[in-house]
Amino acid sequence: MTQTQEPTHDYADVFGQDTVDRARAIIARYPYARSALLPMLHLVQSVEGYVSQNGIAFCADQLDLSHAEVSAVATFYTMYKRRPCGEHLVSVCTNTLCAALGGDAIYAKLREHLGADGKPLGHEQTSGEPGEPGSITLEHAECLAACDLGPVLQVNYEFFDNQTPEKALELVKALQAGEKPHPTRGAPLTDFRQAELQLAGFFEGREADLDGPSAAPETVRGAALAADRGWTAPAMPDDAEFPPLPEKK
Amino acid sequence: MVDQLTPVLTKRWLSPRSWTLKTYEQLEGYTALRKALKAHPDQLIQQCKDSGLRGRGGAGFPTGMKWGFIPQGDGKPHYLVINADEGEPGTCKDIPLMMADPHSLIEGIIITSYAIRANFAAIYVRGEVLHCIRRLNAAVQEAYAAGYLGKDILGSGFDLDVVVHAGAGAYICGEETALLDSLEGKRGQPRLKPPFPATAGLYASPTVVNNVETIASVPYIVNGGADWFRTMGRERSPGPKIYSLSGHVERPGQYEAPMGTTLRQLLDMAGGMKDGIPLKFWTPGGSSTPLFTAEHLDVPLDFEGAAEAGSMLGTTALQIFNETVSVPWAVMKWTEFYKHESCGKCTPCREGTYWLVQILQRMVRGEGTAGDIDTLLDVCDNILGRSFCALGDGAVSPITSGIKYFKDEFLALCDQNSKVLAGATA
Repeated sequence: MTQTQEPTHDYADVFGQDTVDRARAIIARYPYARSALLPMLHLVQSVEGYVSQNGIAFCADQLDLSHAEVSAVATFYTMYKRRPCGEHLVSVCTNTLCAALGGDAIYAKLREHLGADGKPLGHEQTSGEPGEPGSITLEHAECLAACDLGPVLQVNYEFFDNQTPEKALELVKALQAGEKPHPTRGAPLTDFRQAELQLAGFFEGREADLDGPSAAPETVRGAALAADRGWTAPAMPDDAEFPPLPEKK
Repeated sequence: MVDQLTPVLTKRWLSPRSWTLKTYEQLEGYTALRKALKAHPDQLIQQCKDSGLRGRGGAGFPTGMKWGFIPQGDGKPHYLVINADEGEPGTCKDIPLMMADPHSLIEGIIITSYAIRANFAAIYVRGEVLHCIRRLNAAVQEAYAAGYLGKDILGSGFDLDVVVHAGAGAYICGEETALLDSLEGKRGQPRLKPPFPATAGLYASPTVVNNVETIASVPYIVNGGADWFRTMGRERSPGPKIYSLSGHVERPGQYEAPMGTTLRQLLDMAGGMKDGIPLKFWTPGGSSTPLFTAEHLDVPLDFEGAAEAGSMLGTTALQIFNETVSVPWAVMKWTEFYKHESCGKCTPCREGTYWLVQILQRMVRGEGTAGDIDTLLDVCDNILGRSFCALGDGAVSPITSGIKYFKDEFLALCDQNSKVLAGATA
């Protein structure tokens, strides 16, 4: 199939050689090139803060896909944003368990605080000029797999655990003021775009991020209780052998 | 008598910098790999079968049998794909495991790939857990540098490449065939089965898709043997299991105990209900598993026990709710989730979840009508077993089980309105 019917996009001033090199590095990770599409969409978000028409054209050209094929994928997944995001993306879990513990109240508080003209901010809307310092995109999120630490929220996909409306408000005010409070679990905050670059699989120069805390007291409660009580799994035998090679049927 | 908690997968989580290769190697890390590479791959498959290990992602399929389905000598490449798309509401075991001890997963991946003769493996992690992805990536790099990945691993002649693949926010990609489509760079929509992934999976080649906790268990089975694994748990559901307690409980968290442990025992270890407010309802394994109540505190939580009591073990995600929570409200919130995450491929699920949300929202607003409960059950009946994949079945679980155990609460929302109507017509 020829791609000549596609509208031409001159995105060279948006996606430079470094982005092209990274796109090629992503493709090289997989046996088949198309598998690179999801990480590549994260990559274009790291440049523009969302998936633009240029971003779609860029991915299509790199992978020899049509714009429609790339658009179909980009619009399917929640994490690909169709409008420019703020410096930070704040995601509040409002699934049942977090909601029952206060997640709905947290989301309502942040909507109210970030809203303007007496109107609360809506889902995936941005307070401030997208990309500018202190701008914040707010969203309600589905279960973030941290239920023992609920209610949780994330900033640029780093975890802030055991939140309250007051704590969350304080956090967002700090982000607006240009501060970067440390997540409960995760690396020191950067911004949405840098987080997206890491999701595309590029971690160069950020080795120290690995040391960001991960295990909350809740995470290790069972292991700690077992250690305290002297409970262990049964001891392994010293010489556990493999079963004989099954006969070919 | 086995102890109440049996930390196997969670044991290293207490160690300083547990995510590094250095710590992992100090704590028996990669000893199972050395042992496994000296065995014949078919011996590893047989050992996994003998151990009785069953999939920890929810369905409980026997792992060794799954590996055995991969045709050998077929001339096609084989693949191992790790389902790390943890997103079932309530489920929070795989993410902490991968953050704290990523090498245990990687060692399990290498052994499993050797057993099924795969030379490429992918870890499909949901995108929203950046710290986890970061740790996995670093662990993979460390494993390459140490010769545990790449060409001729530890001089065995076996080659394996592993890629960490970040998803992009879609619950449906936890369904194994949707995950494969997503990993191929497409919309994450489930495939028609058969063919099953064992014959036509990733890139239409034989593929094993296993959950994180399942594969992280493999090195321990290799080191300890099948009989050791069976010293924990029950006959048909052996081994240890990470139970995730969340919600209105005094000390929520991850508790690794033998399969078949009850909520009463777990609650006892977790300090009981928060502030002493009584238990009302709970999920044994995420929101897709039918609700349990205080009547079910002594149900043995393994695959058989949960099923015999009318639910499913799922992911052992125990979401615990006290008396202050409205069941119709909770059910509405879960239904909103399923509606948002329905992939749109099949009509019963796409349309059904849409209308279920409309009805439940109206009921919770206090505008229920006398026919609403029947309509809900009728729509559920048209989704259950008629959807393309298990998402539809999961979506009806909270509704049908909620109505089964707490019908009065749903009726109250309808009655309220019928009284208004009666008054209006008087």
